[in-house]
Amino acid sequence: MSPDDFDFLRKMLRERSGLMLAAEKQYLAESRLLPVARKFNIASLGDLVQQIRLMPGSPLAVATVEAMTTNETFFFRDKLPFDHFRDTILPALTGARERDKRIRIWCAAASTGQEPYSLALIIKEMLQKQPALAAFRFDILATDLAGEVLERARAGVYSQFEVQRGLPITLLLKYFTQVGETWQIASDIRAMVQFRPLNLLNDFSPLGRFDVVFCRNVLIYFDQPTKIDVLTRLARQMPEHGYLALGAAETVVGLTDAFKPLTEKRGLYVPNPASRELEAPLAVASVVQRRAL
Amino acid sequence: MKTCLVVDDSSVIRKVARRILEGLEFSIEEAEDGEQALDACRRKLPEAILLDWNMPKMDGYEFLRLLRRMPGGDGPKVVFCTTENDVAHIARALHAGANEYIMKPFDKEIVEAKFQEVGLI
Repeated sequence: MSPDDFDFLRKMLRERSGLMLAAEKQYLAESRLLPVARKFNIASLGDLVQQIRLMPGSPLAVATVEAMTTNETFFFRDKLPFDHFRDTILPALTGARERDKRIRIWCAAASTGQEPYSLALIIKEMLQKQPALAAFRFDILATDLAGEVLERARAGVYSQFEVQRGLPITLLLKYFTQVGETWQIASDIRAMVQFRPLNLLNDFSPLGRFDVVFCRNVLIYFDQPTKIDVLTRLARQMPEHGYLALGAAETVVGLTDAFKPLTEKRGLYVPNPASRELEAPLAVASVVQRRAL
Repeated sequence: MKTCLVVDDSSVIRKVARRILEGLEFSIEEAEDGEQALDACRRKLPEAILLDWNMPKMDGYEFLRLLRRMPGGDGPKVVFCTTENDVAHIARALHAGANEYIMKPFDKEIVEAKFQEVGLI
């Protein structure tokens, strides 16, 4: 791939997905895009870029963006955010939502589904220990930019390697069925998660409000203005007592006041009431301005 | 430093497991079958045991049953590591007192995840 082709690719990825591909990451682009080229019967990566230049909206261009933005994940990745979910978030929210008995959860970069299914497994286990919580409705929405990985996620079929990374053996035995060399997660767990394609760069306000947002290991690929924009819009869709989980290498500190870190809960953030008070007059002002027009 | 007893009749598997576990800061003891493993446990109980199923003289399942009856034998965390990767074997192993289960082939990430799961790291 020529330097010119690589620059074109970087610009396209940034515009379409927010992905900031560093100049020294040409090797990564080559290793991920060679399989795409093979799949589309294209002889070289130079030809691949040339075809995208000619047809920017083609399935090839979509497959290229998806290949570059798909990242490996596994069940209960990093463990700690899931401990927070089980031990801090769910007890607090089931207490706070005693009246409407509905909790909405959003996994904003769901990839092949291990993260939303991990949350579903925690809820399922909790329901068995506390049957009174069966009166609650738990909605889990899982979104990702890449349609192909969402198809895999919906099927809930994982390789032997995938089910061994982070998934306790007791949960494998309890909630998965062995299908040849693979393992499929139980249909009642699959039914707890709704998968949908979504680009975080686009308006996601129609999705509604969420009590919990897992947005892990995606902001690290964005530039600073995009990180701030996504975090600000996330905060607008969360109630005051909501929870945001970010990846181990991500933070809101130094980026936005829309969230504040939760003391002694690494990686967990809550909407900042002070920031909301600042936003409210601005929102009123914009309504007044629109009416005046 | 915690000790892990690696029990496998394959010297290659023992070597691979040793390399991974030493990287996770375990001190390693080795045994080629269940009998050798029991002898090692009678001398000194390790914190962890990585255990194959099919071995000559005494298999991993029999070893685990005898270990759990020994004084203090409920202490070590036992992680099976075997090609027996069907539901029936996994259920038997857990019933006999295994703490976790690795289906071969394995890599460093899997060993690390399983050892983390049972609180060894």
